[in-house]
Amino acid sequence: MEVLSFIAANWLVILGLAGEHLSIVVVAVGLAILTGVPIGIAITQNKRVANVILYIASIIVTIPSIALFGLMIPVLSKIGQGIGWLPAVIAILLYSQLPIIRNTYTAITNVDPALREAAIGMGMTPMQRLMRLEIPVALPVIMAGVRTAVVMNIGVAAIAAYIGAGGLGVLIARGISQTDPRQLIAGAVAVSILAIAADWGLLKLQKRLTPAGLKR
Amino acid sequence: MIRLEDLTKIFRTPSGDIVAADRVNMEVPEGEICILLGPSGCGKTTALKMINRLIPPTSGKIFIGGKDTSQLNDIELRRNIGYVIQQIGLFPNMTIEENICVVPRLLQWDIKRAKTRAAELLDLVGLDARQYLKRYPKELSGGQQQRVGVIRALAADPPVMLMDEPFGAIDPINREIIQDEFLKMQSELKKTIMFVSHDIDEAVKMGDKIAIFRAGKIEQYASPDQILAHPENAFVADFVGTDRTLKRLRLLTAEEVADRNAPITSRSTKVEDARQVLAASKARFAVVIDGENRPVGFITADEMRGASGTVRELANRLPATVPIRADLRAVVSEMFAHDTMWLACTDDNGRYAGVISQPDVTTALRATYASAPDAAHDPGAP
Repeated sequence: MEVLSFIAANWLVILGLAGEHLSIVVVAVGLAILTGVPIGIAITQNKRVANVILYIASIIVTIPSIALFGLMIPVLSKIGQGIGWLPAVIAILLYSQLPIIRNTYTAITNVDPALREAAIGMGMTPMQRLMRLEIPVALPVIMAGVRTAVVMNIGVAAIAAYIGAGGLGVLIARGISQTDPRQLIAGAVAVSILAIAADWGLLKLQKRLTPAGLKR
Repeated sequence: MIRLEDLTKIFRTPSGDIVAADRVNMEVPEGEICILLGPSGCGKTTALKMINRLIPPTSGKIFIGGKDTSQLNDIELRRNIGYVIQQIGLFPNMTIEENICVVPRLLQWDIKRAKTRAAELLDLVGLDARQYLKRYPKELSGGQQQRVGVIRALAADPPVMLMDEPFGAIDPINREIIQDEFLKMQSELKKTIMFVSHDIDEAVKMGDKIAIFRAGKIEQYASPDQILAHPENAFVADFVGTDRTLKRLRLLTAEEVADRNAPITSRSTKVEDARQVLAASKARFAVVIDGENRPVGFITADEMRGASGTVRELANRLPATVPIRADLRAVVSEMFAHDTMWLACTDDNGRYAGVISQPDVTTALRATYASAPDAAHDPGAP
């Protein structure tokens, strides 16, 4: 009951924090798409390179987020950005690489070889093949990777409150330090709702972007 | 025209070199279908794919329309060659119209022209353009998809087509239908076609010439009839099968064999007159036709002996008739089914067109056997 009244009294604040939270994730994953998709496509050309890149991306994900934030402080301090929004975005950008690169790579390599042979035989250049056939066919799987990245990193962004990045993590951090379960629970519930809503919205988008001929 | 000169492909593998095509020499004349036939791994597909450079040749030359293709870049070369594969390979993210328009668009055709062409081609294979243009490949049956696969390759009207077991994945009934449709199209389009198959029946039906491959080499390159009647060696004889004479039945139609001057009579003819007609032709029976020239029965000389009145009272029912365009295999099959030595033939409108008998069939087969064995022999073959 106390939690609900807390939420009712502070919903504008919570909404503001949610907006901050989302801005970190959206900017970071947006940048991650711009890097991860081309990398995922590029590594389809060479299996050995692909294995190395995917291995590195996997290792990055194993670094605990709090440690990653700590590692970035001395580096980013040199440009006066040791804590705050920028390190949070960079961390999430790095974490997002694995699902996006891996899904892009898998989707492109799994394009039916017969389609590729037909495309080559008809005289498409590699770029035309990519843009007209491979990316459209791979799009649903690439989008699934983006969804994974977003949902996973809404959680990571909550921790970024500890380095002053703002967002819903602020409520959780305060709840812990002030032993105030109202803030703690409100923050946690808001993060969960945000993750579920983002996943749902992206699923809609994924369906929208799937070419009509590939829909079941 | 497609000409291959000493075309060779050597695959270098860790376990040693594999010669997939060994100095292949052949020429497909303008407007003809050449079937590359052989067991799997014989090099027929390799030979085909070297023409559009899906497999780069190790050595040798390829000429299309007299021009050495090594002067062209890959992309330019491929856009001017129609390519059909067994798995069809329609792009699932594109509508049927977009699929057909792929090559025209690559060649920078005007959108309108490309779309008109797509509709035209769909009609050509009996698919209603209004109904199918906006559909996606998955909404079509396998047979319909392969028809689209073929017309997609024809879209930019390339002079040369390469077909890699194009009808291999289609059920036997639909395959026959599509083959017939394709032959009909080809009789108008006159493309120069290289066609890979592993099915001797398909090869005999579709090919103007057949090249039989073994271990990267051409064993024999000749017309289907030549290959069936005079296989050059034991491998070819074995490959075409012990029933090769029966296979030759498909190469001839009733039209080429039927006796068009066999005696006929009508129902209202007097028996005496019919008897005279028969006596003049030395035949033992006459086909009875109705007022619209359709064969409706037959009457024999024995039955007419001493009889009077009109033919109507004595005529027997015909066991069956065959279309004059039918191949001899269908004709013989009908003869066997009805236990008869002869059948009356009909034209497209069901009118009488002649009589075909079992001796006519065997005589025709013997005639092609007797023809000179090296008439269609390719001088370039090893």
